[in-house]
Amino acid sequence: MSWAASRAGSGEPRVGLRVAVVDYGAGNLVSIEQGLTFVGADVRIARTPGDLEDAEAVIVPGVGAAAPAMRRLARAGLVDPLLRWIALGKPYLGICLGLQLLFDGSDEDGAATFGVIPGRTVLLEDAPTLPHIGWNQVERRHEHALFAGLADGTDLYFVHSYAGRPEGAGADAITLAETEHGRRFVSAVDRGNVLGVQFHPERSGGAGIRLLGNFARWATALTAGAGAERSPVGAGGTAGSD
Amino acid sequence: MLRRRVIPCLDVANGRVVKGTRFVDLVDEGDPPELAARYADEGADELVFLDITAAPEGRRTLLEIVERTARRAFIPLTVGGGVRSVDDMRDVLRAGADKVSLNTAAVADPSLVTRCAARFGRQAVVVAIDARRIESSGIEPGADARPRWEVLVKGGRETTSLEAVGWAVRAAELGAGELLVTSIDRDGTQSGYDTELLRAITSRVSVPVIASGGAAAPSDFVAAVVEGGADAVLAASIFHRRIHAIADVKRALLAAGIPVRATQGVAA
Repeated sequence: MSWAASRAGSGEPRVGLRVAVVDYGAGNLVSIEQGLTFVGADVRIARTPGDLEDAEAVIVPGVGAAAPAMRRLARAGLVDPLLRWIALGKPYLGICLGLQLLFDGSDEDGAATFGVIPGRTVLLEDAPTLPHIGWNQVERRHEHALFAGLADGTDLYFVHSYAGRPEGAGADAITLAETEHGRRFVSAVDRGNVLGVQFHPERSGGAGIRLLGNFARWATALTAGAGAERSPVGAGGTAGSD
Repeated sequence: MLRRRVIPCLDVANGRVVKGTRFVDLVDEGDPPELAARYADEGADELVFLDITAAPEGRRTLLEIVERTARRAFIPLTVGGGVRSVDDMRDVLRAGADKVSLNTAAVADPSLVTRCAARFGRQAVVVAIDARRIESSGIEPGADARPRWEVLVKGGRETTSLEAVGWAVRAAELGAGELLVTSIDRDGTQSGYDTELLRAITSRVSVPVIASGGAAAPSDFVAAVVEGGADAVLAASIFHRRIHAIADVKRALLAAGIPVRATQGVAA
């Protein structure tokens, strides 16, 4: 399918939704920036806490290992602002390493990560090949606006060796989708305002572009809903009292 | 289940795609981003760019092309040719590549593989191996009859002391997340992949292996997967010249029971 063809059916997000894509030196930002621009978002590459200030949604992409990523985020002063962003209930999408960072820690190098979702990032078990590279089926465990218009089991592009494993009582509710490579692993998570995907929507052709459009629309709706609830508190909402 | 990938390879010289037979009789095949976008639309699962000039003065051109391509085709892009340092790799990734392929520089300094993997993760490091079959003399009656291959560098123009299967195993240990294995004997000959070479390597490593060199008929791609154990199949000229479409290859794979990603005209 032509990725251009996907636009017609994906619905239009509010043009100008301000999305901050966090740049901490962990890989290719060109395609994520281009994909979001394509679906109508207003993208800013965020390298400092100030870059998050007037954003309406945040995306943390990235590939590689957790420890150097956490070091670079800390050096940029971004860890606390991102945790605050999440605590304030604002729309957040982690992609690949950006998803893994949401868990308590990573077995890859022992790094402590955000601790937003109970569980750890673990090596894929019984995988016939590692890294897991290529297109694989993403099977949903519950419905979510993120996957609107995508058939269940759509092929999306993966490139990783580790994946986050939710633990505890809420694990089933948090698991949005699973994928099989040797064994099943969690390929998408949903914890309210926080979404995470292990695959790369920005590299998954028309289906991935549709998913980015879905994220923008979901974020727009979430922001509008939150704005209505918070409106008595004051316009602009001074972030910092979490 | 993980799909087997079909990957068009674009040899790029001085900013243009050139004909697949390397280094000699170069024929202009078009603008890289244009061709990349066409292949993405036609169902390519991934793209490989090999900068066959790889001269320092060509570097900026290449980076600009990588960026224009990343903005046109939303599928993964591997870029190789002339990457000699961690900084080179950083520049190529920043321009929009997802993976970088190391060949001559990795043979010259194997620690480069480890350093690149440490910085960007092993999934971003592809080691490309150009292998040529060593003809056995047939003189010694007790000689091991198993085939052997030597590693060539500098676009297949220079021999090394390395044996290809051993180098493949070592490259994976050093941190390569994927191997791009080209049979120099078959490259440009359209006589099919060297499935013995592929099997010798896929039976020894757990990282994905991309088969390259010699593809002509859709059945060759099937053989690379079934006989060679390849995780992905790469070809250049048969796609450039529209001898076969990507969909033709995917249909052949599917008919052989090999899972592929659904593509226009191919319902997986």
